[in-house]
Amino acid sequence: MKLNCKINGEFREAEGVWEGESLLYVLRERLDLPGSKNACEQGECGSCSVYMDGTLVCSCLVLAGQAEGRDIVTVEGLADEDELHPVQESFVEAGAVQCGFCTPGLIVATHDLLERNAEPSDAEIREALAGNLCRCTGYEKILDAVKLAAGKNGKGAS
Amino acid sequence: MEFLQPDNLREAFEMRASHPGAAPICGGTDIMVELNFDHRRPEYVLDLTRVPELAEWSRENGGFRVGAGVSYTRIIEELGESLPGLAMASRTVGSPQIRNRGTVGGNLGTASPAGDGLPPLYASDAEVEVASLEGTRRIPVAEFITGPKRNALGDGELITAFHIPEADGPQQYSKIGTRNAMVIAVCAFGLALHPEKGKVGACIGSAAPTPVRTKEAEEFIEGVISESDLWQTRREISGSALRRFGDMVEMSAKPISDVRGTAAYRTRAVGVLARRTLSWAWDEYRGGSR
Repeated sequence: MKLNCKINGEFREAEGVWEGESLLYVLRERLDLPGSKNACEQGECGSCSVYMDGTLVCSCLVLAGQAEGRDIVTVEGLADEDELHPVQESFVEAGAVQCGFCTPGLIVATHDLLERNAEPSDAEIREALAGNLCRCTGYEKILDAVKLAAGKNGKGAS
Repeated sequence: MEFLQPDNLREAFEMRASHPGAAPICGGTDIMVELNFDHRRPEYVLDLTRVPELAEWSRENGGFRVGAGVSYTRIIEELGESLPGLAMASRTVGSPQIRNRGTVGGNLGTASPAGDGLPPLYASDAEVEVASLEGTRRIPVAEFITGPKRNALGDGELITAFHIPEADGPQQYSKIGTRNAMVIAVCAFGLALHPEKGKVGACIGSAAPTPVRTKEAEEFIEGVISESDLWQTRREISGSALRRFGDMVEMSAKPISDVRGTAAYRTRAVGVLARRTLSWAWDEYRGGSR
């Protein structure tokens, strides 16, 4: 089947989509957007996190057809051209990136958190990022990065 | 595999009737795992995310009708004040990403004994609304869930909503797992006080083939409370009565041993949860906030 949706502000069409595949597969394998990572394929790790109609979701748990006509924003859509988004900058500055595999999902989840809550407490950060696993950093630097990003923008980091 | 995408409820019933065995999908947090891992290849998938009627909730006399497609996030944000037990349980579901997509309708459809949304429904005597082209029926939740991963949904039917009374007293939900997030319950317990009716509703999760009401323990504690006139005086429930309540709840548990915990651990733990949730709810009642 064909799938049409808006991705990072552009209308995109994917052809030959199998009815049983996930939005994550469409993004990575059909639309050349490998930013969203494929790890657990069961919603446990958060590395495939994207926005669908403004809501943070695991793209591995969205059936391709469910995304028809929806507005998708992936990690590739957060930055302007060559400038990093403040959330991305903060992850680099705080040393929150090691192997980098979890980073795109954490960036999108952090972006979502700061949209909803410009000055999150430690507990709120932990709760908001509870669905994103990182096996390198021990999370402390990620907490630092989120706080740094919150500080960069008075109101959120959009 | 064929993908069916109805735009309204009528169309959804028609597609369900004309495609027996079509697998309904909404938030996808259960069925997508089965598809991704090749554990299931349904001939038809019926996407319910475009059916607006399923994503609505409304007040009805004394309670709420909540569409089967209302996400956990929306239950927490929009109904948390009125349905505190269900909201507490909803907060323990997965992660923000999962709560944004997952629904109580899905919990009812999957009918896992570990479904976090289920004990609060049992504790408040909620009813499940199922419907098809033939009509609509309402089934008490304890009759709807018939076994592990089994429910009373008929061939042409879809779960359309659940009906739940508004909280008339403090409610609690507690769950044991290895983390605060992203865990399937080792065991869980939901409790609702109904001071005006003199009743206590309680339900074990994840420690029996289905969620189970704990009738004997409920009657015991109702007796203790009414004998000493505690609904009126709001005095403490004695430590021995709280412990006895927990012990009686343990007797209703029929858990299995699996990777998440042994039967013996689950039995003991669910008794501890019962005692604690009752004391928390009672403390709140004594504080007079409801």
